[in-house]
Amino acid sequence: MYRIIKKESLNPSVTRMSIAAPLVAKKVQPGQFIILRVEENGERIPLTVAGYDRAAGTVDIIFQIVGATTEKLNHKEQGETIPDFVGPLGKPTETEGLKRVAVIGGGVGCAIAFPVAKKLFAQGCEVDAVAGFRNKDLVILEDEFRANSTTFLPVSDDGSWGEKGLVTDALKKLIDSGRAYDEVIAIGPLIMMKFVCRLTKEYGIKTVVSMNPIMIDGTGMCGCCRLTVDGKMKFACVDGPDFDGHLVDFDEAMARCAAYKPFEAKAREAACNLFSQEVK
Amino acid sequence: MANMRKTKNPMPSQEPLVRAHNFDEVALGYTEAMALDEAQRCLNCKSFPCVQGCPVNIRIPQFIAKIREGDFEGAYQVISADSALPAVCGRVCPQESQCEKYCVRGIKGEPVGIGRLERFVADYHNAHAAEGAAEPAKNGHKVAVVGSGPAGLTCAGDLARKGYDVTVYEALHVAGGVLSYGIPEFRLPKAIVKREIEGLERMGVKFLTNMVIGRVLSIQELMQEEGFEAVFIGSGAGLPKFMNIPGENLKGVYSANEFLTRVNLMKAYEPDANTPIQHAKHVTVVGGGNVAMDAARCALRLGAESVTIVYRRSLEELPARREEVEHAMEEGIVFKLLNNPVELIGDENRNVVKMRCIRMELGEPDASGRRRPIEVPGSEFELDTDCVIMALGTSPNPLIKSTTEGLDTQRWGGIITDEDGLTTCEGVYAGGDAVTGAATVILAMGAGKKAAAAMDRYIQGK
Repeated sequence: MYRIIKKESLNPSVTRMSIAAPLVAKKVQPGQFIILRVEENGERIPLTVAGYDRAAGTVDIIFQIVGATTEKLNHKEQGETIPDFVGPLGKPTETEGLKRVAVIGGGVGCAIAFPVAKKLFAQGCEVDAVAGFRNKDLVILEDEFRANSTTFLPVSDDGSWGEKGLVTDALKKLIDSGRAYDEVIAIGPLIMMKFVCRLTKEYGIKTVVSMNPIMIDGTGMCGCCRLTVDGKMKFACVDGPDFDGHLVDFDEAMARCAAYKPFEAKAREAACNLFSQEVK
Repeated sequence: MANMRKTKNPMPSQEPLVRAHNFDEVALGYTEAMALDEAQRCLNCKSFPCVQGCPVNIRIPQFIAKIREGDFEGAYQVISADSALPAVCGRVCPQESQCEKYCVRGIKGEPVGIGRLERFVADYHNAHAAEGAAEPAKNGHKVAVVGSGPAGLTCAGDLARKGYDVTVYEALHVAGGVLSYGIPEFRLPKAIVKREIEGLERMGVKFLTNMVIGRVLSIQELMQEEGFEAVFIGSGAGLPKFMNIPGENLKGVYSANEFLTRVNLMKAYEPDANTPIQHAKHVTVVGGGNVAMDAARCALRLGAESVTIVYRRSLEELPARREEVEHAMEEGIVFKLLNNPVELIGDENRNVVKMRCIRMELGEPDASGRRRPIEVPGSEFELDTDCVIMALGTSPNPLIKSTTEGLDTQRWGGIITDEDGLTTCEGVYAGGDAVTGAATVILAMGAGKKAAAAMDRYIQGK
């Protein structure tokens, strides 16, 4: 069993938890993910790690409440336990030798982009961080990003936080202003990563994206997380989750991610109903 | 006087049209009367050829003799001296190509139903015996087993019996490996797997789940920091193989591993399951092994209107156990033999809707000794399908290889070992699918058994 050491709501639909998992905390690196189950007979869901404290033996996860499992996870309180928490899985984000990087986070993807930015900044890399949200109510990790970047550029769809616009607009401005990057690291919704990659391809800047497809085991057994990268079949759980964004077939990835949408919506509704009955 | 009837006692089974709609076990097992009668068919011949056909050399005539005497528990003791998982093997071994293949009775009629008798004995024991033997006296040596499938369980059991302090590391949230995530409930009830594992726990074997060796801990760390004197790698099958044809990433296309994992491990067939599965109308399974049969029969039980198996060779070359093929046919699964997919076709939403196939004919034998399938030019045709399951085997998981210095593998990824299962790293042994590529439960058990003996010799000789 894995205990929830700390729980904190970052916005109405996004929660941060610190989980006691000493063996995972000992080795995990930014870019890697864990798989958890909330209850016996529950589904296995992958979450990319949002932070870790090796000394305390804890791993941070930040999750958006989108389906039945995240709904149930969000009903767990500090001090309670979950039955399974396995990791670190996947390959860490490669940061070695990088001197100037733009880190782009979109929505809850900022949770994963942040530890990467933090690691790069700590190793002396110049980090321009661009964080994008739909509006100011959804903003997470602002202070953390500010403290771990050379330049911080907030943007929102409606202009209620930072500049009005998309992360691609902000990135384009940075590049056009003469900032030269060894690499762009983009983590967020598939559609955002697709358009970041389209932009950086024009400029010929290497771009790494973190893919989060549907997974079952997450250990290299089921093949559900397969993607097309450079025309070849790759498995996000063992070959990724980071890939060269200019080679990823995003349209295919988006279709595959939507495969169980109707089921997920129904399952979440069922989970919500269950909880509202308990309240009565 | 032996019973000279030419046929085996048939296995009582659920009616095909009933079982096609439930996940309960298909074969129901012999009654005592049937077992006694079947045991009379064994000639107890001096040369016991059946034993050489068994990868773990169970003393078959001896256990059958015990059945004839009515000493069913005694029969169990004979089997369990050589096999860690009798209730499993009695259900999933391909007896027709092992013990029963060599049975003298098979020359003029059907061989003795050795597998059915093994299952009877194991089920008798499980229903009647008191809870297992006491924990053996410890010998003070620690060993680790990576993977809790048939190879790992056998290795762990043999070493525990010799007094070793055994820890089994399992990557998933439940132990059992392919016995849990792969083989369906209707062929191998999970309660049986659980019971076998609990038996090992009573012998003092520790099971640690959620431990992905190669990530959480490396093989070197197990030996240098955790204090294990030897390690057995039984990490099993890895990534599923695909055909490399267009359309394999369409929605509705599964690897058999994914499909079976959703059904068996995550119980997607239960109405309140948290893990979804597609309830397709026209399912097409590609491949001819046991895994293909399992996937096809699961799809049928999930409510498919039609399930078709597409296999590129003929009925004779189907690698699945004969009983599984017969069961599948009885249940109404259609076999399109001597056909091979060339393309999967999707609709505008990227859902698979058709499979394009080409007819095949058999040419000269290839390296495997089977006649090589050759495409018939211009014979392409299309099948309507809304779900395709690829059951083409697996290639070993790269995780342990890539994190273990000095561990040599074949070009295709299988761990290289000597006859005893010793890898190119001192004290590190391996066996099962991680070494051979996709094979059977009993071959993995045989490898686990051999390696356990070698690990014992290695540690005692230090």
